[in-house]
Parts: sequence; C-alpha cells; structure tokens
Amino acid sequence: METLSQTSSLPLLEAKFTELLGKDRVLTSPSERLVYECDGFTLEKNIPDLVVLPETTEEVVAIVKLCNEYQVPFLPRGAGTSLAGGCFPFDGGVMIVLTRMKKIIELQVRDRYAVVQPGVINSALTRALQGTGYHYAPDPSSQIACTIGGNVATNSGGPHTLKYGVTVNHILGLEIVLHDGSILELGGPTGEQFGPDLISVFVGSEGTFGICTKVWVRLTPDPEARKTVLAVFDDMDNATEAISEIIGQGIIPAAMEMMDQGITQAVEEAFHFGFPTDAKAVVIIEIDGLQAGLQEQQDAILKICQDFGAREVRHAQTEAERLQIWQARKKAFGAIGRLSSSFCTQDGVVPRTKLPEMLRQVAAVSEKYGLRIVNVFHAGDGNIHPILLFDERDEEQVRQVLEASDEILETCLDLGGTVTGEHGIGIEKLSFMPRMFTETDLAVMKNVKEVFNPSQLLSPKKKLPSEDIKELKRLKPGRHAPH
Amino acid sequence: MSVKESLNVEAPQLSAPTSTEKKSCSQSAVSFDTKVNYDRFLDCIHCGLCTATCPTYVELGNENDGPRGRIHLMRAVTDERVELSPQIRQHLDLCLDCRACETACPSGVKYGEIIEPFRSALAEKDRNDGKKLDLFHRLILFKLFPSAKLTRLSLIPARIAQSIKLDQWFLNSPLKKLLPKKILALTEMLPPLGANLPSLPTHLPAKGKQRAKVALFTGCVADAVFRSTHWATARVLQENGCEVVVPKNQTCCGAIHVHSGQEDQARPYLEANLTAFEDPSIDAIIVNVAGCGAMLKEYHHHFKETTDQKRLKTFMSKVKDVHEFLDELGVIPPKGRIEATATYHDACHLRHAQQIAAAPRNLLNQIPGLKLIPLPESELCCGAAGTYNLTQPEMANRLGVRKIENVKRTDAELLLAANAGCLLQLHKVAKQQHLNSWIGHPIDLLDLSYQQKQPKL
Repeated sequence: METLSQTSSLPLLEAKFTELLGKDRVLTSPSERLVYECDGFTLEKNIPDLVVLPETTEEVVAIVKLCNEYQVPFLPRGAGTSLAGGCFPFDGGVMIVLTRMKKIIELQVRDRYAVVQPGVINSALTRALQGTGYHYAPDPSSQIACTIGGNVATNSGGPHTLKYGVTVNHILGLEIVLHDGSILELGGPTGEQFGPDLISVFVGSEGTFGICTKVWVRLTPDPEARKTVLAVFDDMDNATEAISEIIGQGIIPAAMEMMDQGITQAVEEAFHFGFPTDAKAVVIIEIDGLQAGLQEQQDAILKICQDFGAREVRHAQTEAERLQIWQARKKAFGAIGRLSSSFCTQDGVVPRTKLPEMLRQVAAVSEKYGLRIVNVFHAGDGNIHPILLFDERDEEQVRQVLEASDEILETCLDLGGTVTGEHGIGIEKLSFMPRMFTETDLAVMKNVKEVFNPSQLLSPKKKLPSEDIKELKRLKPGRHAPH
Repeated sequence: MSVKESLNVEAPQLSAPTSTEKKSCSQSAVSFDTKVNYDRFLDCIHCGLCTATCPTYVELGNENDGPRGRIHLMRAVTDERVELSPQIRQHLDLCLDCRACETACPSGVKYGEIIEPFRSALAEKDRNDGKKLDLFHRLILFKLFPSAKLTRLSLIPARIAQSIKLDQWFLNSPLKKLLPKKILALTEMLPPLGANLPSLPTHLPAKGKQRAKVALFTGCVADAVFRSTHWATARVLQENGCEVVVPKNQTCCGAIHVHSGQEDQARPYLEANLTAFEDPSIDAIIVNVAGCGAMLKEYHHHFKETTDQKRLKTFMSKVKDVHEFLDELGVIPPKGRIEATATYHDACHLRHAQQIAAAPRNLLNQIPGLKLIPLPESELCCGAAGTYNLTQPEMANRLGVRKIENVKRTDAELLLAANAGCLLQLHKVAKQQHLNSWIGHPIDLLDLSYQQKQPKL
C-alpha cells in the first residue's frame, strides 16, 4: 500500500476535511503535525500526514468515509498517554484526535450510569460526580490526563481495579464508528442483555476494531468507609507472601501496592514523607466497604502482616494521613525522574504466588547486567513494574537495558504470566505476541480483527504482529512514564 | 518503501517550509540551546499528565497548545529537527506561562525555565532580524506600566470619567471604536478606581507587641490601580505586630519585560530593588501581588551571571507572599463578622509558581461569619496572565468567561483573588457577563474584618 504522502490524494483530502471541519481543526503543516509523532512511548516516531479534530459522531463518520474513499489509513488518538505506542501511526495517514469530543452527555445517578463522549478525561467524570455518592471506578494513575475513550481502547486498570475490576467491567454501552463509517451501537443504559458480549470484544481492541464515539459507563457507589494500612517489612519474600495470604484468606482489598527499598529511598529523598529507608519493602493496603465488618478485616490484615514478620504496621488515623500515603505511591515515579536521567518501566504480570520468585529474578537480572532496578507495583494482582535506571547517553547501558527488559518479560511468561498488565500491546509488545500466544490463538484473533477491519485501513499493523514489525528496530529503551 | 524517510521532518522535500517560514528562519541564527538549559528538556518523559491542566489545551484540545506539545516543539527547534515556523511561534505565544503544568508534573519538569529562556531567544532573534517591537510594547508595556507614577498620572482622566460615570457612557457609545484595540481593552479592564489615596508612608509602627519588621513591596501597576490593597496590607501587617517599612526607591519587579523575553531591560529594576531592600534589619519582604512575588523569588533564574549572587540570595530568601508570611507567623484572628459567602480563585503565580494554596484559605477561614465555597476549576488560569489579556485577547476572554461561569455556579457574594492581573481580568469579564459579586483581594477582606467594616456589596 502506498502511504498517503506518496499519493496525489493528500491535497484533495485536505481540502475536503477543511470544508468539513474548518481550518482550525485540520492540521496540515509539518510543524503542527510533529507533536503527534508519538505518545507516551517515545521509542518510535512517525508523523501522521494529516491530523483532524472532530467534535461530533457525524464528523467522525464523514472523516472515516473520506478516508475510505481515498483509500488512506487512519487511526484514533485520545490524550496520547499510552506507554506502549497505542497511538503510533504506522503508515502515517490520517490521525483522528478525539480530545475535542469531551462532553459529559448525561449523568443518571438514580439509574447508575453516565453517557460521555470519548474525549472526556477520566478524573473529570469523577469530579463531575462529586457529592452524588457515586464515582467512576477505574482509576489508572494517569487519570488526570487520560480519556475514557483511551481507557476503552486499552481496557485500562489502576490501583483500585483489584476489587472493582478493570474498564470492561464498567462499560454498559458503546457507540462505534466502524471501519467503513457505519455506526454500531452496543448495549446502552442497561448493558447488553442478550447475544454474545460484543462490548467485551471491543474493549481493549486498541483502536483496531472501530472508533468509539460515545460510552455508557457504570457508576459505582462511594464506599461508606475506608481503612488504609502501611506495613513495613525487612524481607521482600515475607512481604509478597503476606500479600498472597491476605487474598488467600478471602479478603479482597480495594488496593494493595508495594514499594521496594530503592523506590522508598527515592520517594523519601524527593518528598520526605517519613518512610523507613532501611526497610526492604513497604506495602500499602486499602480496604473499603460498609463500616460494619471493616475493623475486623483490618485486624485480620494487621495480624497476617505481623505473622509474616512485618517489623512495623501502621494505619492512617485521619483522611489527611490516608491521602498522604496515596500521594507517596502516586508520586513514586516522579521521584524516579529525580534519581536518574533516564528510566524504563516494564509492565508484566505473574500469578500472585509467584511474586517472590519473580522479584528474586528481577534482582538477579539487576545483578547480572549491573543495572539498578527498583520496583513499585500493583502487588494485589501480580502486576509488576520493574523500573530500570540508566543513562541514555551510554550506548552499552542502553543495550543492556533492552536485554534486561526482555529477560524480565520472558521470566513473566515462564512463570505463567503475561507481558502486559495494563499498558496494552501497542507497538511496544508486538514482538512478544508470538511468544505469548499459540499460532491458533493468533489466527483466531486475526480472523476477529478481519471481521471488524477487513480493509485494514483502520489502525494498520497494530495489536497483532505482522511482517512489518520487523521494520521496528529498537535502538534504545523509552523513558517511560508513570501510570 | 520507507515510511520514515518519506515523512521525517528532516527530509527537506516534504517538510520544506513555506516561503515565509523560510524567511523567518534564515535571517538570523540564534542558538536556542545556549539560552535553554538542555537538561530541562530531558526532564520531560513525555507522559502527558500535564495536558489536562493546561488552560489552552483544555480549551482547544490540540497537542500543540499543551505543555508536552510545546516542550516537544521547543526541543525540536533547538535540535534543528524542524524550522521555527509561524505556526510554532503562534502555539508558543498562546502559552499563558501559568505553570499549572509544573504542579501536575510528576517528574518535576520546570516548564517556566524552558519557555522563558526560549522566549528570550525568540526576542533576541527578532532584534537580530531588525524586527522592532510594536509601539504598544515599547511605550505602554515597557515604559508606562513599570512606573507607578506615570501609570497613576495616565489614569487621571479615567478616574475623573469614572467619578461622573462618563466611562460607562463612553464604553457603550460608538466612540469607543476610535480607540486603538489594546487601549480599549485596557480601558474596559479598569476596575472602580475609588478615592485617590496618598502613597504609603515610609514607616508604620507595629500594633501591640512587635513580632517582626517587614518591608512592603509596592510594585508598579498595582500601586497605581490597587493602592487601597497596599494600605490594607500594611494595616493587616500592623495588626499582626509587624513594623512596616516601605522603601521609596523600590521599583517594578521586571516581570513584564522578562515575560516578553526582554531580560536585559529588566536588569536595572532588579538592581534597584536589591538596593532598596538591602536593610539587614528587615525580616521579610512582603509581596501582595502573586506575579511580582513569583518574579522576585525567581530572580536567580534570570540573572545567573549578571549580578552579585550572594546579595541576590539574601534578597530572595526574604521575599514572602503576604498570605504565606501571615500563615507562618500565626495570624491574630480578626474580630469583625462578615456574614457572606465567598469563593477564592487561585492566582497561577501563587498556586503554581509559588505553590501556595492553603495559606490564603487559612487566613480567610479566620474571618468570623465568612463561608468559603470551593470554586470549580479554581486552579485554571483566568486568562489575565500578566499582559496576556492584552496580547492574546481572544483566548484571554474565553478563559475569563469560563472562570466567571464557574464563579456563578458557586453563588458566592464575594470573589477573591490575590493578584493584580487576575483582579483586573475578573472585574472586566464579570462586568461583561453580568456578575455582580464583590471582587477583591483576600487581604482587603481581612482588613475590613479587622476594621469591623463590611464589603460594599
């Protein structure tokens, strides 16, 4: 396929878009398209040929139809916070940026749903619900910037998805502009009542099955009460064993996060929260729900931590203390930026009970390559984020970081896990797909993709590996962002 | 086929700038990397968490008009990956320099330390290209405003017009079209000027037991337009056991020049202020205008090699925002009841540049009877941004209207903001949007409470 820039259709298409959207919402000059060459994944860059900013479903339909008419590739983009290159325009083409579609169309607290356009920012929805007693549960750490549409595309998680489930568990309905510009509506205020669950098929398809233009989301009641516990361990294995035991005893905390010594020291250095810097691991456990029974749960958690040798267990006495603990967790990545000029975060998952072994392997990799690796992660669901610190000006170190990253992800697979917990495949993990899935798995996925995307004009070459991924030569690790 | 080759901006055949772009680039070579510390670019990990806090991105949804996009553009220009096109300039000019992105950034990117030197390099390039600043910048922004005395003199006609309501008649008449656009914008922005107060005396004693000796920074436009707030600040400080001195030879902080990329022109102001506030017996230099306070606290970024660093450090260590100072000192609670609802707008240069959010609210909560209602999007710029409302009137007005809409949602009778620029902008847009709230500085209200008086609603 010829790229758009190699064909003569570019000026024609540009004129049609301008007629449709006006000059301000069509970006044509190279200097204005430059910023769309990458998202939070900066390893690979490619400038789209045209960038358009629609505001309505009808405009998206018209844009998609024009792209079909001129046979040019196109893909959607939200806030561009993907850490895996989800918004990377493989063949250039038309980038449909949905950030101006940011209306909250309906808030129905009594029926427990909201209808939003895809460009609504995750935390803006929760802010709009403040005081109603409800919130939108999925809370990726990028929630102050990422969009609901992007969350749908990547099936986003977050610290509190341990108890409340990921994005797919909170989507009741979708309006989707399909590859040819036709509109598909799935579910609605009451969800999908019968037939195959196509919403779940679409959520997490990373823009390869269609462009979602309207989302019905489930609203979750605010918990009546919350308790937050901080446990300090002198031994990593004990900390991870305690985490498995808590779940094993039937307690499902709202969130269970772990920081190792390296990250705790970094956080302390930057923010002075008063965390013990000599401890090997700090675990943050939050439980919520009805007031009745919560104290018993907290007591049980405290006892488990002590049984597993926690040297100190404290709980937040006030809301301010609780917020301070969470601030420490959410600012952890910022602290890293202050420790090292470059870093690379990996995103892998292992069964919870394999965490001790996994962390030992990470430590071994760290020693083998002489690289400093620190850990802060969603321990409750076994989603690890080893952060590799390096100097991007040192080529040898960069090479080692790449090898070390691959080795860590391989270990995740060996231990029965996956190579992405929540960041998605994008382009970053494409090469791992054949290692994670069998040929049959991939063939089925390909068939499904072809149902939604027969022309392959929509988000070409994404999500599933193809011949073209060999073009991507990873030269240096990206400096990954907090999530 | 190589997608990369055909699209890369480095490839001249595709990214060739238009003739005007080329012209603007080729005339002079100012090296941007000598101005911007390149490490500041590297601090940005491109995560995009800043985007949704940026007022222009919130309004336009265009990555080019957000902090991450602007850093990307400035770095690309510095790296010579892309030519400095008129479009890029336009996106950079649209930045309010409100620094909300700094508050949001988990990696501690110092955005101000990127865009300010970059703008300075742009200005230098313009000078090298023989481009002259417009008359408005040269005469009004750089000559008139920095002089409190000249600004006061220029306001005499407005003061007279306001006293006989001639101003309203004029602004409603077709005659207003005779004024140049920016002058008209200035006229529309004028708040009620009130009585022509005398300037503050050089020395005011503490009330009761003396707790500190402070010097009051009075600035330029603020002293001309909001002198009553200076008087209120002095009285509140006195009430709190502070001896107040007002050095006569002090001057404008220089922010107007620095933010327009004219650092050289700001240097005499810096030197004058270092001298004016040199008295070692002063415990703190008190500033009641957020923009000036931020500038004074950051003098070292702008004058790294050009002045005595030890002297500069002593000066900067004493600079305190009035709310910050009183909150730390422990404010003596005022007694006058003010039974009203109020809402507080975070001035960018207080909230983001100085990271002061709690202190003004703590002080306001000391006023008996006052009910403080949270303002939605209180941290989003109101569009004033120094002289932005004069140089980018369209975006300034959009943000102003957004702010006033949010204020209306609170139903508050009083609207408070701790910055001269914000107050001017809020007065203007409130009038335009028919909002009748009393608009003032938190210290004005605190002063009224000490004096057992009421705001005139």
